[in-house]
Amino acid sequence: MELSLHQKKRIRQGIIFMALLIFTIVWLLPVFGAVLTSIRTMDDIMDNGFWSLPEAVTFKNFATAWSEGNLNTYLKNSFIITIPSLIGTLALSSLVGFALAKYKFKGNMFIYLMFVAGMLIPFQILLIPVFRLSNYLGIYNNYWGLIMIHTVFQMGFCSFFLRNYMITIPEELSEAARIDGASEFKIFYKIYLPLSLPAIAALATLEFTWIFNDYIWALVLLRDDRLKPVTAGLATLQGNFITSWSVLVAGAILATIPTVVVFVFLQKYFIRGLTMGSGK
Amino acid sequence: MKRKYIPWAFLSIPLTFYSIWVIGPTIYTMYLSLTEWDGMTAPEFQGIDNYLKLFNDPIFYTSLVNNIKWLVIFMAIPVVVGLFLAILLSKEIKWARGYKAAIYSPMILAPVVIGLIWSWIYQPQGGLLNNTLTYIGLEGLTRGWLSNPNTALYAVIGAAVWRHTGYVMLLFLSGLTAISPTVIEASRIDGASAWQRFRYIILPLLKPTTVIVIVITMIQSLRAFDFVSMMTRGGPFNSTNVLAHYMYTEAFKNYNMGYGASIAVVLFAIMFIFIVMYLRQIRKGELE
Repeated sequence: MELSLHQKKRIRQGIIFMALLIFTIVWLLPVFGAVLTSIRTMDDIMDNGFWSLPEAVTFKNFATAWSEGNLNTYLKNSFIITIPSLIGTLALSSLVGFALAKYKFKGNMFIYLMFVAGMLIPFQILLIPVFRLSNYLGIYNNYWGLIMIHTVFQMGFCSFFLRNYMITIPEELSEAARIDGASEFKIFYKIYLPLSLPAIAALATLEFTWIFNDYIWALVLLRDDRLKPVTAGLATLQGNFITSWSVLVAGAILATIPTVVVFVFLQKYFIRGLTMGSGK
Repeated sequence: MKRKYIPWAFLSIPLTFYSIWVIGPTIYTMYLSLTEWDGMTAPEFQGIDNYLKLFNDPIFYTSLVNNIKWLVIFMAIPVVVGLFLAILLSKEIKWARGYKAAIYSPMILAPVVIGLIWSWIYQPQGGLLNNTLTYIGLEGLTRGWLSNPNTALYAVIGAAVWRHTGYVMLLFLSGLTAISPTVIEASRIDGASAWQRFRYIILPLLKPTTVIVIVITMIQSLRAFDFVSMMTRGGPFNSTNVLAHYMYTEAFKNYNMGYGASIAVVLFAIMFIFIVMYLRQIRKGELE
């Protein structure tokens, strides 16, 4: 029997579809595995093996991680650190983005490339001096130490991103405003900021996850356990519940909920943010 | 206000902060790498002693080699698989959006979270991997994946690959959407095979994206700290140590701040090569 071109195409697409389906299921096994672990007791897993039907479904692991494991405190700390950092970095970067996008001046390209380079450097080159600086300023072992480094470090990516967005805003808009007597700051505030809202939304979702997921700065700039964000908190949890993997994994799932929520609701912005700046 | 001062009025505050928290510290670390310092007393200048010490430090070499292995695997698996997935998913496939979301979903998880979950997967008793192997009759392959020096590094990299592949796929997908379908259609009419279309049309047009993907992948692999810290702390016997983690241990666990700084400078120097590549790509885009 001769297959038509159309039938061949459909068969090929069917094969690709199946292959992708299998790949995706295998790809998500760690996620299924984690959820499955978190709702079982450790005894159940050890006695019956991982691939057995749970003896009973329990949410006790989540409760243990939440209260005994202090996840409630850690998660709260994560928000206290992330939100101000996010606002700070967006505020400062929009100023930079505007200045670099709007004005031609000597040093423009240099400053732009400096911020681009800054977003790519390893944290290790900053750890010791920022640790020392925070001590000196009295913000070591304090939320502010973390808020400051996140605010300033993330300016690299945010300035890069906003500059590239703002450069697409037509000059005529500001010319018209200038004729009406608007100051330069007013042009920034009344024209560029509102028009950049889609870019700022994309950045905000992305930066929320990045700052929320930071680990090394929390290790270096905090000593007290009660101040730690959830990433560093999970490391503590790992020390305290060494073999209770169902509690640990439940903790890991709790730690993920805020970023998952942001991602699910703002996925469109998240992806737009990630793929921008990947070259033309 | 004079016109030429206007941009600086906007830049002054951000640049002040940036100088204090990023630029100044970068330079200061370079200085510290030339000193001996325990973090308490004043740093003592001692020239290039730290770098000479690095030359004879076996842990430094192990970490460097591990970084290279990490880099090679990152170039091989996430980049190739990511490109392959992007090409498949750029076609009209049922549920393509769902597949995409599933494949890049690990990206939103913190490396720390992934590290923890994968540590559990690799657990010798009860862990997902060993249990699955036993289940499908491959009991001989089971082992303590993270406690065995021969497998530990690859086990850690595996977790990182899982996180990175989706990112690469996304970048290639956005690169692919920029390619005009008419170009591909034209080559199809001219009788080009799927491979020829890929090799001579798609790949050259994807070049700018590819450069960015490669640079981001290199930088990601050199930045690897969280996975190592969470899963093995560099062990067993430094078999999973990488420069980023070794630097942290020397500076903040052993209080060899000067020596730690010199490791940071080496890491920075290696990454600088890729940063320059990235900047060149960006500038090229600007001049067009």
